[in-house]
Amino acid sequence: MTSLWPRIEPLLAKVQKPARYIGCEDGAQQPVHAPHKVAWLLVYPDAYEIGLPNQGLQILYELLNERDDAVAERSYAPWTDLEALLRSRGVPLFSVDTHRAAGDFDLIAFNLSAELVYTNLLNCIDLAGTPVRAADRGPEHPLIAAGGHCTFNPEPLADFVDLFVIGDGEEVIAEITEVVGDWKRSGRTPGSRQGVLRELSKVPGVYVPSMYEVDYDGARLASITPKYNDVPARVEKRTISDLGAWPYPKSQLVPVTEVVHDRLNVEIFRGCTRGCRFCQAGMITRPVRERPAAQVQQMVSDGLKRTGYDEVALTSLSSADYSGIDQVVGGIINDPSCSGQVSVSLPSLRVDAYTVGIASEIAKVRRTGLTFAPEGGTWRMRQVISKLIREEDLYGAVDSAFSQGWQRVKLYFLTGLPTETDEDTLGIAELARQCVAVGRKHSNRVNVVASVGGFVPKAQTPFQWFGQNTSAELQRKINLVRDATRKERGVSLKWHDPKATMAEGIASRGDRRIGAVIEDVWRHGGTFQEWSEFFDLGLWQDAMARLGLSIDWYVHRHREEDEVLPWDHISAGLHKDFLWGDWQDALAEAGTPDCRWTPCYDCGACTGYGIEHRVASATPPAGGSQGTGQDLSNGGAVPVQLLPRPRAGAASS
Amino acid sequence: MRVRMRFVKQGKIRFTSHRDVARMWERAFRRAELPLAYSSGFSPRPKVSFGLALPTGAESDAEYLDIELDPVRLADGFDPLELPARLSPVLPVGIDVTAVALVEAGADSLQHQITSCRWELAVTGVTEDELRNLVSEALAAEALVIPRERKGQTSEDDVRPAILSAAVIEPVDGYPTLACVLATQPRTLRPAELLAALAGGVEEVRVRRTHQWITSRDGAPREPLPVDATNAPSVPTLERVS
Repeated sequence: MTSLWPRIEPLLAKVQKPARYIGCEDGAQQPVHAPHKVAWLLVYPDAYEIGLPNQGLQILYELLNERDDAVAERSYAPWTDLEALLRSRGVPLFSVDTHRAAGDFDLIAFNLSAELVYTNLLNCIDLAGTPVRAADRGPEHPLIAAGGHCTFNPEPLADFVDLFVIGDGEEVIAEITEVVGDWKRSGRTPGSRQGVLRELSKVPGVYVPSMYEVDYDGARLASITPKYNDVPARVEKRTISDLGAWPYPKSQLVPVTEVVHDRLNVEIFRGCTRGCRFCQAGMITRPVRERPAAQVQQMVSDGLKRTGYDEVALTSLSSADYSGIDQVVGGIINDPSCSGQVSVSLPSLRVDAYTVGIASEIAKVRRTGLTFAPEGGTWRMRQVISKLIREEDLYGAVDSAFSQGWQRVKLYFLTGLPTETDEDTLGIAELARQCVAVGRKHSNRVNVVASVGGFVPKAQTPFQWFGQNTSAELQRKINLVRDATRKERGVSLKWHDPKATMAEGIASRGDRRIGAVIEDVWRHGGTFQEWSEFFDLGLWQDAMARLGLSIDWYVHRHREEDEVLPWDHISAGLHKDFLWGDWQDALAEAGTPDCRWTPCYDCGACTGYGIEHRVASATPPAGGSQGTGQDLSNGGAVPVQLLPRPRAGAASS
Repeated sequence: MRVRMRFVKQGKIRFTSHRDVARMWERAFRRAELPLAYSSGFSPRPKVSFGLALPTGAESDAEYLDIELDPVRLADGFDPLELPARLSPVLPVGIDVTAVALVEAGADSLQHQITSCRWELAVTGVTEDELRNLVSEALAAEALVIPRERKGQTSEDDVRPAILSAAVIEPVDGYPTLACVLATQPRTLRPAELLAALAGGVEEVRVRRTHQWITSRDGAPREPLPVDATNAPSVPTLERVS
């Protein structure tokens, strides 16, 4: 239980970016280990510069270290150069806080934000000196835990992870700490591992895959059932009902080296009810829980003072939807202590001229680019995905942006969406071209960057039944847009590699059998798969072939209504019939307006858990909701017209 | 008001880069609420200039930077001598301000003024005697030509003239240690390049910059802090603030 620093230090002179491994951040905790404390190692299984800013990990890091019965440190995936040195010198994975061996912790808990890091998770477990397969571990090994959005389909990692946390972690980590504390005090005797896992499986929001039996009917999944009576048949996600009770992180980490999102981040709300059907985050984090405006102000001003940052991001899934966003932004901009030197960024801007008005106010200091996400190229397509942005909303937003001095606008699109025709795909080029035309009225130098990503259907969304496009088809669609924009001065096109989209598809809706694929890819050296310099589709194809699994069946096949899905025993609160109904609405090209300001559709997220949307202000945001054309200026008093829905009674319940 | 500061970089923080250190300082100035002067123009930048970059991983007793404070926003009675006590607590552990002095408005930049640096290099791969021999051979050579890379271009350079002095000193942490003064004009000779020129499989373990020198009018090396009253208003150099 000592520091590995003397063994790590000489290696750091030989690697790129050694500051990834030293800790030393402002805000870093001073962990004090003790026999009575449960020791958590929180790991983000990607490079330090990607993982350090992760707010979820930082929140848990603070909460655990505030407890008398817990201590928490952090670790990140070592880059390939250091990994090679660690392996050749027999040095294990270590924490960056006090440089302790990962194997000395009671729990190693991973944050999973993206599927392509799954092989890194295996690599980190292995570097910790722990068997990668849960079944091979004994009481001397740490418990391997995972949380984050990807755990809403935990099955591909079920063979490697002892326990998953579904949903918000703030409360459940306390309960896990208590159960693991009992195990630790009992001396972690031989055979006791099963016992602690059984106890953990009874904690609401915790899924212990080894407590479930999986049955197949040929290739199809037949059932996933608990092995014991006291293990829940369905694991419901955890949801904190009041974000205002959790003003974390209080001491956001300020890294000593370059990272992404290197600025103060204040989460202004959690959850989103726009109902964009492709968006897993929006579906699994319902309902909307806004942080009180006064607390946002306080966290911003305290945070800026403490960190010395000159930029703050007000984070959420759609920040301009925060009720009273203009007052909050105005409060920051006009705060005398900020003296006009602080810039505010709103990631995930919605698309309308009103939003650009806010953006122009906050960008007084620095005016770089503005990003909008229409996602679909035609109104038909956007109704299918329920991203209800009209063309006039987009052009109004772009006109407003260019007229106020922006030179560059970035547009995000998805391709390979359900029912997408070539006309829809070409609509991407058309929208980009029209945006340039709008901008030309203001400047000849305007630039519109259209960024096109291949759509990967995700678990717990209305599109979970949809067969993903093949990478050849995605490439064909990208080429259509490329050819259509080639001669357009002012339009630049960027796209994601459709091959990586395919690999993501394997992991995102895979069942327990995909675990062997992930292990095979890892054993063949496939780490850092979300990095284009390391991504290798061949590894994934070979692994699928070696294990006799069909990519077509797992990725490109449309699922059927009565099919058992690998994540049916994991609940985000959403009724399966709501999701199916929404999927049918999609096929009928009918969008669903934001339920914050319209009657409830009974998706299940509020009603099932007895919680409600919590908004900071009763007044809906000026400018309406995402260009749905609803007039909400009277505080929601105006009757909102609902689009027809096939399920009787759903709209009025 | 232009102020020059000396600071140390020690311990784990030495693995940060020159650019990382620049960012730490920017945040520290904001945390200490020091009113820096800004450049004019479309994208105003605070007027801060650093001396010669320290290689990532090297420690230093003698790093320097110049800042310009905005006299309009400066609090009445502001005393530059407060700076070490205000800045060290808001800088990461391992970075501490050890001296401060006013600089004349028109003075040359640090990058121009510095002519040489003194280094202590703890090495491995050779015994102390072997190191002593390698150093004597290098000093006796008429020319020491090594391939060097800069901005993607490789050139064959004679680095012998840039070795102003070199001698084996007391071991550091048990490693044979070389102290040397290496020129920074017309082109900087880096410690790693010196070790490459010594050949013989010498590998660095610890690199520490102990001094940066400027050449006074009388030719003697001196620290780039204008303690000399003829050069700048008299501000005493402070003792190290811990």
